[in-house]
Amino acid sequence: MSLPATLRNAAIILGATLLTSPVLAADNDIIRLATTTSTYNSGLLDELLPQFEAEHPYQVQVIAVGTGKALRMGQDGDADLVMTHAPAAEKAFVDAGYGVEPQGVMYNDFVIVGPQKDSADIQGLEEATKAFKQIADSDALFISRGDDSGTHKKELALWQSSDIEPGFEGYRAAGQGMGKVLQMASELQGYTLTDRGTWLAMQNKLDLSLLMQGDPRLFNPYQVILVNPERYNDLNTDGARAWRSG
Amino acid sequence: MSELLDSTRAALTLLVSLDPDLWEIIGVSFRVSLTAMVLAIPPALLIALALARLAFPGRWLLISLANTLMAVPTVVVGLMLFMLLSRSGPLGEWRLLFTQPAMVIGQWLLAIPLLIAMLHAALQGVDQRAWETARLHGAGRVAALWRLLGEARFGVMAAIVASFGRIIAEVGSAVMVGGNIEHFTRNITTAIALETLKGEYAQGIALGLVLLVLALILNLMLGVLRGRGQQTLSS
Repeated sequence: MSLPATLRNAAIILGATLLTSPVLAADNDIIRLATTTSTYNSGLLDELLPQFEAEHPYQVQVIAVGTGKALRMGQDGDADLVMTHAPAAEKAFVDAGYGVEPQGVMYNDFVIVGPQKDSADIQGLEEATKAFKQIADSDALFISRGDDSGTHKKELALWQSSDIEPGFEGYRAAGQGMGKVLQMASELQGYTLTDRGTWLAMQNKLDLSLLMQGDPRLFNPYQVILVNPERYNDLNTDGARAWRSG
Repeated sequence: MSELLDSTRAALTLLVSLDPDLWEIIGVSFRVSLTAMVLAIPPALLIALALARLAFPGRWLLISLANTLMAVPTVVVGLMLFMLLSRSGPLGEWRLLFTQPAMVIGQWLLAIPLLIAMLHAALQGVDQRAWETARLHGAGRVAALWRLLGEARFGVMAAIVASFGRIIAEVGSAVMVGGNIEHFTRNITTAIALETLKGEYAQGIALGLVLLVLALILNLMLGVLRGRGQQTLSS
């Protein structure tokens, strides 16, 4: 390539960069929110997003994944903020310096749903651990999220406090989102642990009953955590703060 | 970048150390796809033969149909099969949803049109005299058929390899009717698609490598076969 051609190409590249930079700057109007599939499936964001976007100059891009992946996206700088519900994992996330300013934003609770005939006879029980024990002992089917999500971590914690090794005969780890797992539980007539929001949004389409609720162990706090702006310089932290405060 | 390298290194370690979970997933993929192929080849071959050798009304319609169905997205096949097999669906009594047989049916449905279209093209391309010559030399119908397939072997192998490649690499149908259940219906593609949601990429990369190596082996086999075909022609 001759020198004039090289110069011309350099000029083109420079020009293109200048032309596209306003577009890049406009990216700051976008807030990338990594959240859990259960939040997404509950329909809550469908309520909040249009209102927020009408009041603020930001556009929110929701990435619905498991809590594990959401936190990982925060760690990798692929999101501006995360909204998750796994207290232990969130604490580790903040302690490691990946996230800052954690703040509880809302509450939800988990419920245990299952087939109407309730072969494990858990309806009316007051302790979730007892319900889990009876499900395992009666060799009923239990569909687990199995995806390292907040709901999955909660479920594993409940098995642990019930002194049961998840992996009994009827245990199925699906590795999928809450909606899919509820659908699977309905099709296979098995039990599962779900957040109430997703259950309410989906129950009409499911052949399942709400069998157990109200145990304080089933409490489900959500936190919003900003991705540490010191780790990545192109985060939209202002937008993230605006979203958090509503 | 180091992230990618670390994950790849962890992936290779998983493969080499014969990690049981990983190889179980690979086993599910092969069992399901090979079963679907074994069940799909005979009917597809018969239909392709009929399309290539017999003139009957509706023949072109059938060929066009096979060609069209080749392009159906895997998720569409998965969705239709899901609705058929669902508890509220017409075949719900079979209780097949979220089992390996359901995955086999889905992949069978995906393989059949591709097999028919490619086998038909292969058999159509063979010199029509091969059959007659064999018959004239006193070969029975089965022997003549065998002879025909021998003539078309490259095309036949290409059809089988391409179909196997399509179904072992598909994720849409497998995840819908299989459900990605650990130890039961989790195969290579559903694991890659859904296990990376955990944010652990090593297993996904390892499984992706397996698919790549498989594609390489299949293509090498085809290449060897093609080389032989050319030798026969020139000798």
